Amino acid sequence: MSETIKNFLYLNRKAPYGTIYAWESLEVVLIGAAFDQDVSLAFVDDGVFQLTKNQHTSAVGMKNFSPTYAALGDYEVKKVFVEKESLEERGLSLDDLQHLTWEDEDEDWAEKDSIHLVTRAEMAAIMDGADVVFSF
Amino acid sequence: MKFAIQVNEGPYQHQAADSAYFFAKAALEKGHEIFRIFFYHDGVNNATRLTTPPQDDRNVVERWAELGGHYDLDMVVCVAAAQRRGVVDEGEAQRNGKDATNIHPRFRISGLGQLVEAAIQSDRLVVFGD
Repeated sequence: MSETIKNFLYLNRKAPYGTIYAWESLEVVLIGAAFDQDVSLAFVDDGVFQLTKNQHTSAVGMKNFSPTYAALGDYEVKKVFVEKESLEERGLSLDDLQHLTWEDEDEDWAEKDSIHLVTRAEMAAIMDGADVVFSF
Repeated sequence: MKFAIQVNEGPYQHQAADSAYFFAKAALEKGHEIFRIFFYHDGVNNATRLTTPPQDDRNVVERWAELGGHYDLDMVVCVAAAQRRGVVDEGEAQRNGKDATNIHPRFRISGLGQLVEAAIQSDRLVVFGD
């Protein structure tokens, strides 16, 4: 579709169900995958709640879209950066998040972790290095 | 510079719609190019021609339409976001069995690929919203 390869960063800052930003951000990621860009996802602030496991939404009457994150590897989304301070401020750790993986075709489809825990300073550098930041 | 603009919030509820307009207008007046303005989330409500604000207030929709007409801007409303929120053109009305349309003719409804393409083609993507 396009010759240009840009470094896309999808920045997710909101909790998953209070507003629609999280879900509609994910929709852009899925559609955007067809454009073969260099894609990273970042989760900061309340956005880290999007990745928590064992989400149950029946009581709020909304669709539980959290299983979609586990499919991101199939969409060639291999880099998911989670801000360490945001997790800690909310009493969360990596164990509270889904285990997201991707398969490396260069290493006999070895399963590799997609999630990378980064500090706030490292996150700033990741944002700085992006050509495009989609902020949700 | 070539800009893409993403508007994530609805008119009147949120200043983002106003800020995006003023940014676009200022950029164009300075001679910059705007590849596309993409309306997403509640931002799709910037495109309904049925908006009727009080006479002593700004008309956000008409203001977009005038700017778009003057500079021949490509103003795109996300189809998935529009369907959820009832922003409808003729094609969508027919496809989904709706009895009315409400999109302003200066806007068009299309897919999220238009946002991604705009981000690729432009020097900067500027996002307005919470």
